[in-house]
Amino acid sequence: MLLRGRVHIFGNDINTDYIIASKYKSSTTDMKEMARHVMEDADPAFAGKIKPGDFIVAGTNFGCGSSRETAPRVIKAAGLSAVLAKGFARIFFRNAINVGLPAVECDTAGIQEGDELEADLGAGLVRNISRGTEIRVAPLPPVMLELLNDGGLAEHFKKHGTFHLQSIRR
Amino acid sequence: MGKTIAEKILGRHAGRETSAGEIVMADVDFIMSHDGNRPLSIQVFEEMGGETLFDPKKFALVIDHAPSSPTPVVANAHKLVRQFAQRQRCLLYESGEGSCHQLMPERGHALPGELVIGTDSHTCTYGALNAFATGVGVSDAAAAMISGKLWFKVPETVRFVLKGRLPAGVYAKDLILHLIGSVTADGATYKAAEYVGDAVAALSMDGRLTISNMAVEMGAKAGLMEADEKTLAWLKGRSARPFEPVFSDPDAVFADVLEYDVSKLTPQVALPHQVDKVVPVEEVLGKPIQQANIVACTNSRLEDLEVAASILSGRRVHPGVRLYVVPASRPIQIEAMRRGILPAIIEAGGVLGVPGCEACSGGSQFGVAADGDHVITTANRNFRGRVANPEAFLYLASPATVAASALEGKIADCRKYSR
Repeated sequence: MLLRGRVHIFGNDINTDYIIASKYKSSTTDMKEMARHVMEDADPAFAGKIKPGDFIVAGTNFGCGSSRETAPRVIKAAGLSAVLAKGFARIFFRNAINVGLPAVECDTAGIQEGDELEADLGAGLVRNISRGTEIRVAPLPPVMLELLNDGGLAEHFKKHGTFHLQSIRR
Repeated sequence: MGKTIAEKILGRHAGRETSAGEIVMADVDFIMSHDGNRPLSIQVFEEMGGETLFDPKKFALVIDHAPSSPTPVVANAHKLVRQFAQRQRCLLYESGEGSCHQLMPERGHALPGELVIGTDSHTCTYGALNAFATGVGVSDAAAAMISGKLWFKVPETVRFVLKGRLPAGVYAKDLILHLIGSVTADGATYKAAEYVGDAVAALSMDGRLTISNMAVEMGAKAGLMEADEKTLAWLKGRSARPFEPVFSDPDAVFADVLEYDVSKLTPQVALPHQVDKVVPVEEVLGKPIQQANIVACTNSRLEDLEVAASILSGRRVHPGVRLYVVPASRPIQIEAMRRGILPAIIEAGGVLGVPGCEACSGGSQFGVAADGDHVITTANRNFRGRVANPEAFLYLASPATVAASALEGKIADCRKYSR
């Protein structure tokens, strides 16, 4: 999977309320409408800056807080291709893979606002085209790769009717 | 080699011995899902091709996140929830029954040694009953609703050994805030937290549920405790299912063992906008507040309401403060009425919300703060925008600290009201 886009930088501890405020759950069920409010409480102008394929790049504990799967769904609906972070909160990490949004754990320290990146997730490598550097990516557990390759958990179930994961020993 | 509680419970449900780091497919004992998810788990269940639940007795829907149905969008989501429950003949806890994290323990859906998932990050609350309980997204829940199974990475465990006795005026909430401040908001990410020691044994079940509830605020997957006589007495009559408590072996391997002496602890406050920005109350005394909330699955159980009422009784809330109180469940609300707890709170100026997540989840549209308001709350999160207004400032504290602050119109030391 080869992804290419520009970087939007966020800090540490970006919680799911910042990604999508819970008040919008009462006003709409439309993901496209919700996507207009993505990251609103962290950067009110963010939705207007996104070009399709762009990356969110953050520090530690990205996606902490609630279990709302709305968070990775809204990031995806906003046209962003992946989130790169030093670390993820575990429920967000699982939810992202389940909805087919790559959540990439790597050292994001040298990446800056507006940098152009190319992420080769199969090879476990992110190239910073703007700076001519390369960043190694922590590999996903095989079970998550299986789900991501199927396009997420819903697609996996549509295909197999139940869990059909080769990488899990019974 | 010895095993931790987490390794044993996941192993038992996977049908084989497991160790931290392994990935297992495990049978779940119970699945909880509420009205606050978008999409709802029941919608993803149908999208995935789900027709019937793997076992309708092991699944409950709860209408708690916006129990007053404040908008047509919410009312329509509630309608879907009711229709699904009727069609599938599964359990439904209607609006007003209470918060999912009070209902699951209270109605016997989480027992020692069991494996429980819920579409809410605070599902870890039931760890106080020795259940491995963890929050999941709606896709994971829907997959389990169809198959009865879910895959788990067996977590390492951080063991918190809590020694000594909490001083008067210092509560379970102060203790867990102190631990979160100490290890930080991602200090236990991908791990299980285990709380043991005489300080835990001395806590009531209400206090233990408060501590396990906030395990996720340090990033933990579960907040486990051992089942003791208090646990077993509390569970009596709640479920007919047999269960077997689980303990960590003496030679179990922990990622870390952290010891704390709680006997000198003071009331703690988490400052805006991070749960781990925790300070002793002395450092924020006198900070003016405009709203005080005694709410949420963290701290609105009977003991919490009782402590608040003991401070508020015979006094009046400061004229510049709104005090919102939301009992965790209907039985708690009824008992608090019977004992004169709620009348005392209402006479003092408290305003009641519908049992559930009102004035904690912004989606409830109840107790929304104004721009620039400072709100002290017993909830578990103080993120910016949490109560539906990013221009408000949230402080987390115990019910006693919130009640004392409501009286004084500023952050106050509850210990001067201790009897």
